Amino acid sequence: MSEATTQAVSQEGMTGMVGDWSADRQAYHVPWGKAMMWIFLVSDTFIFSCFLIGYLNVRVTTTDPWPPQSEIFALSFGGDPIPLILIAIMTFVLITSSGTMALAVNFGYQKDKAKTFLLICTTAAFGATFVGMQAFEWSKLIAEGVRPWGNPFGAPQFGSVFFMVTGFHGLHVTGGVIYLLWVALRVKRGYYDNKGYEIVEIAGLYWHFVDLVWVFIFAFFYLL
Amino acid sequence: MASAEGQQHPLGIYYKIWVLLFVLSGFSYAVDYFEVQGAMRWGLVIFFMLLKAGFIIAIFMHVVWERLALVFTILGPPVVLLLFIGLMAFEGAYTEETRFNYRGHDRNAVALGPSDIHHDEHAEEAAH
Repeated sequence: MSEATTQAVSQEGMTGMVGDWSADRQAYHVPWGKAMMWIFLVSDTFIFSCFLIGYLNVRVTTTDPWPPQSEIFALSFGGDPIPLILIAIMTFVLITSSGTMALAVNFGYQKDKAKTFLLICTTAAFGATFVGMQAFEWSKLIAEGVRPWGNPFGAPQFGSVFFMVTGFHGLHVTGGVIYLLWVALRVKRGYYDNKGYEIVEIAGLYWHFVDLVWVFIFAFFYLL
Repeated sequence: MASAEGQQHPLGIYYKIWVLLFVLSGFSYAVDYFEVQGAMRWGLVIFFMLLKAGFIIAIFMHVVWERLALVFTILGPPVVLLLFIGLMAFEGAYTEETRFNYRGHDRNAVALGPSDIHHDEHAEEAAH
């Protein structure tokens, strides 16, 4: 039986896939934690898709004009307001954190504990910065009178979509920061020396997913 | 395949993708900054979005290096969402049209921006 398993894993492409899925014991040749993280992320994809499709539906059905996001999310640094600047900075912060996370995964596999710890903490710090900026954005909009049930600019659905979608995403970022700090602490203590450093990659998958969701929110909610 | 020992790749590719994501985000932002409108805006924003999403999934999340059994598990199920999006867009357009035709909603309503609202306040003050 072990012979058959080895044979299946050694094959690539479609033949390999048929082999994997018809295998006796194991379909995915990755650590179980990684397979479970992927299944969670696929289910989370459906949750965020439901939010964005709900947004599509209310935006199409509402006969009130949609508020001009570019102007609402503009920010002034002394001079004329720059359109969407805060959101652009938030996007860059999140991409930066994705990059540091990718490096952390790499140094984790090299068993470089000091660098991995530092890079995961940097990622978490960028994540916390992102949440802080989001809190600022929320307070700014609340001060301008945007509520989940209405706003002074146009379609009332704007507020409900904004608070729900960015709130749920912010919750994911907050959860990710806590998760990353926990992993970072364990890396530092050498907890994974014997278990292996796949956990850094698994935490990385979650973090990149949060960045991925933001790519869609940035495009559909803020730009279009 | 690096699956058994975990995903290990040269650092260079991460740096390249990282820079590319910055550039693509910059392009998306430029679409708004230079006020590109209409079909061009939709096309560009969605094009840059899909490129960014693709690179994050393929390289940062290592999907391009995974075995097909896992790749299809990840990318297969979300495909049904396209049908869901299509159905909701179709149904939504119908609902909107019904509201215009039978509920007397205004087709030519215009949105306000923060500047319009502040402008109104000043106009009121001037009237007093």
